[in-house]
Amino acid sequence: MSDEALKRTPLYEIHKALGAKLVPFAGYEMPVQYPTGILTEHKWTRESAGLFEVSHMGQCSIEGPDFETTARGLEMLVPADILSLQPGQQRYSQLLNVQGGISDDLMITRSNWEGLEGSLYVVVNASRKGFDFAHIEENLAPGLSLKRWDDLALMALQGPKAEEALTKLNPKIRNLQFMNSGRFKLDGVDAHVSRSGYTGEDGFEISVASAHAAQLWNKLLSDPLVKPIGLGARDSLRLEAGLCLYGHDIDRTTSPIEAGLNWSIAKRRRTEGGFLGAHRVQRELLGGVSRKRVGIKPEGRAPAREGTEILDESGRKIGIITSGGFGPSVNGPIAMGYVETAYAAAGTPVQLLVRGQPLPAQVSILPFIPNRFKR
Amino acid sequence: MKFSKDHEWLIVEGNVATIGITEHAQSQLGDVVFVELPKIGRKVSANESVAVVESVKAASEVYVPVSGEVVAVNDELTGDPALVNRSAESDGWFMKVKLANAGELDGLMDKAAYDKFVEG
Repeated sequence: MSDEALKRTPLYEIHKALGAKLVPFAGYEMPVQYPTGILTEHKWTRESAGLFEVSHMGQCSIEGPDFETTARGLEMLVPADILSLQPGQQRYSQLLNVQGGISDDLMITRSNWEGLEGSLYVVVNASRKGFDFAHIEENLAPGLSLKRWDDLALMALQGPKAEEALTKLNPKIRNLQFMNSGRFKLDGVDAHVSRSGYTGEDGFEISVASAHAAQLWNKLLSDPLVKPIGLGARDSLRLEAGLCLYGHDIDRTTSPIEAGLNWSIAKRRRTEGGFLGAHRVQRELLGGVSRKRVGIKPEGRAPAREGTEILDESGRKIGIITSGGFGPSVNGPIAMGYVETAYAAAGTPVQLLVRGQPLPAQVSILPFIPNRFKR
Repeated sequence: MKFSKDHEWLIVEGNVATIGITEHAQSQLGDVVFVELPKIGRKVSANESVAVVESVKAASEVYVPVSGEVVAVNDELTGDPALVNRSAESDGWFMKVKLANAGELDGLMDKAAYDKFVEG
């Protein structure tokens, strides 16, 4: 990837004009922060509404003759219950490999667009989209096809005032429920809007034709409730919300059960199996796991970064930090990582080996700040 | 004021150098949330990593540009790490080092040379 030219998103020039610091991320030049900085952007999102461009993420749809056929096709690759999705409803899941490890995590939506009733709309991580699209395509049943939406932009409007801001562009937005989606006109632009996000706040993810992205972005930013937010704050917001970052907190070696994503696997799928990696998932659901993803709260002020060893009180290594930094709303260091299951209970005292020094910390419940989704 | 290639600044009064990170360095780091300072009395060698400054995103080493002994550290940074952002080249100083070899100062840049160095 390093020797390839970095790609640009539809809003690249706008980020530059806003004074963003642009960094390489998953092959794209992306805004990591705007001039006000990560702390201010993070807090603004928790207090008002933050606007993120995430067009680097992979958007596609899986199309088939009817919903049930398409749903059954995708259920071969993910452990979530897709069949029970209502039109417009959205669900979080993971693409699993044959060993039950996580190839990626993704959002799956049952289309409620006229003429697309047999379609599932899927959003995957930027760093994995090449793999994911090929993997899905190779494994689709006859009669199903994958369509990439490379000409769509994606933005997220997140925060307690996101509803107020987006309602100004279309009052019907107010009726959209958490983890549901629909087709809305926003400032005259045709948009696919879902009530979801990656911050722990109420908010929306908005997919529009790349050609209309700048118009909608600028319209939203003209609202004093809304400010642009970079990937830096996106990371600190999701860490506080206890959400996994692919390639860090989950990867090809971790299973959804080790990662504590059991809630995303419905009872029918646990019983019936019938998806790639089901053997490990079913075995771990019955027999337990040897390590678990947990929240970690350092007791001092020093952040513990990814890769930091977690020790028990005697100094024996019991795990590793997979995401760690500073939580601006927590106003202190926070982290998540994997520990041996015996140490996974909240409140368990542990030590973190930071620059050779063992620092006291505790296993903590996730999320670090309460979710404020609109249910 | 003198500057190092590792983006530290230094002011010498008598035989004691006050050391911090440059305005350019703080702007690159972004919001500072934690600073780890050396112990008073520690003997340090030129270009040794003696402190850590952490932003929301990442941890960075702070290198001491001269050899000597740490005689003071800026405890205010412990409770108010953002002082580094607000006043990198003044109130946000990191440490004072009693010089062991004043000749090492000759290898450092003046403001004009550092500005040019930063522009690349």
